[in-house]
Amino acid sequence: MKKMSLPSKLYLAIVVLFLYLPIIMLMVLSFNASNSTSVMSGFSLRWYVELFKDEATIQAFYNTLVLAVFTAVTSTFIGTLAAVGIDKMKKGFWKTSLTTITNIPMMNPEIVTGVSMMLLFVFIGSVLKVNGILGFWTLFIAHVTFSLPYVILNIMPKLKQTDVHISEAAQDLGCTKLQAFLKVVLPAIRPGIIAGFIMAFTLSLDDFIISYFVSGPKFQTLPIRIFSMTKKRVTPDMYALSTLIFVAILILLVCVNIFQSKNDNSKLSSKKGAKK
Amino acid sequence: MKNKSALTQKLCASPHIVWSAIFIVVPLIMVLYYAFTDANGAFTFENILRLGDYTTTFLRSIWYGIVATVICLIIAYPLAYIIAQSKARVQSTMVMLVMIPMWMNFLLRTYAWMTLLEDNGVINGIITKLGFDGVHMINTSGAVILGMVYNFLPYMILPIYTVMTKLDRSLIEAAQDLGANKVCVIKDVVFPSTLSGVVSGITMVFVPSVSTFYISQKLGGGSFALIGDIIEMQFQVSNNFNFGAALSLVLMVLILICMAVMNRFGDDENAAGGMMI
Repeated sequence: MKKMSLPSKLYLAIVVLFLYLPIIMLMVLSFNASNSTSVMSGFSLRWYVELFKDEATIQAFYNTLVLAVFTAVTSTFIGTLAAVGIDKMKKGFWKTSLTTITNIPMMNPEIVTGVSMMLLFVFIGSVLKVNGILGFWTLFIAHVTFSLPYVILNIMPKLKQTDVHISEAAQDLGCTKLQAFLKVVLPAIRPGIIAGFIMAFTLSLDDFIISYFVSGPKFQTLPIRIFSMTKKRVTPDMYALSTLIFVAILILLVCVNIFQSKNDNSKLSSKKGAKK
Repeated sequence: MKNKSALTQKLCASPHIVWSAIFIVVPLIMVLYYAFTDANGAFTFENILRLGDYTTTFLRSIWYGIVATVICLIIAYPLAYIIAQSKARVQSTMVMLVMIPMWMNFLLRTYAWMTLLEDNGVINGIITKLGFDGVHMINTSGAVILGMVYNFLPYMILPIYTVMTKLDRSLIEAAQDLGANKVCVIKDVVFPSTLSGVVSGITMVFVPSVSTFYISQKLGGGSFALIGDIIEMQFQVSNNFNFGAALSLVLMVLILICMAVMNRFGDDENAAGGMMI
């Protein structure tokens, strides 16, 4: 690979600047001394203090985390089983239609997915004569639904890579089918499952559009709280919040990256060792 | 024995099948049902006929979506090429740099642009300090499109980059050996073999751009309502679920048609989320 030329570097720098401009501004202004969200008038940590006093936001943050954990666990569980099942299905009408239906939430505009689920919940609510059906459970159902295709998408390729014969060999050696699955297939597809889990977790954490339609006043997530706050003029405490989230995610990403590259290196060196 | 084990493994998919039936298929039927009924549940075409009033909104959404997608493609394609050509270590750093902004809350990113573009916002503050007249930027169609480009640009870069890393370098060298110049190499070799990435990039930018509502509200100031805004209004403000359902139905059909057309151009094996993590 050759070294980057100067125009290439410049181009790269401009695009990166474009991508980071609002984020940098947001982070700088979170330390603003006044309550302006556009003019910096001195350094202070007052908005961070303010943030932790805001109970509704803290509650929304907590809600978001709970919802994301529930969503990730459930969709990973259903999705892993589904991937195994779909993988075993013969090619044909049923398999194609099932994968198509699974992918609908990924292809459809988010607003349509949100609206369609809202209609279902409202319809059920009117049949059961329950008021205010929209809340934690409707959010949970919606989040699992849109996470499932991503989980399956992450696991499917790993399943295709695993050799069926290894599982059969395990059974020949006295494993039951369940044992063979748990001890042979599951470890082989683990990276896919982990990737799917992380993806479901982050998708749930960050989702606004679908949540906006299926949530009620009783259970607010952070993006919905942010939305209702940006309807008015926001104060820099929202910036403080996003700075904190951003830094947390950055640290997490760097850790994951270091972990992965270490893993790759050890794999590489073990391969080299095998070659010797 | 073997058949039985195959059957139990097939049964693994059943929770997912039940879940998809109830929460994917039935809601879509609900959209259909609401679109063709009135508030009392009686069959009607009224909602569909009323859609004609919003033809300009539909056309505007599609137009903005196309413009944003084209701009994204123009920015992203050379960028993906540059990244894919660099050293492995630089590559992973660059991909990280492109992905990190996506982790910032979408609403706040858009809101931040609003404060940047305002008449007495950050950018105009810098311009006037330099001694020039301020430029009116917020609440224009340009601002809305900028918001779309900004928010969805990574979705264009990543799939194109993924395909480019798989590009066979010897193919380029072969073309050069056979006398192709730089333009020819890009036009006849690189572009055709990265088409699947371009196609998934286009769908991943076009679909959210056409259906967005927050961006147009914040950066357009309400004077450039898009189809998403109208849908949002029916469900959250005027509570006209039936008309909202009709609008959603048309939006969905519209996008399905666009996707079907797009997919004819490239068989996208690794479409959509494949590269999102």
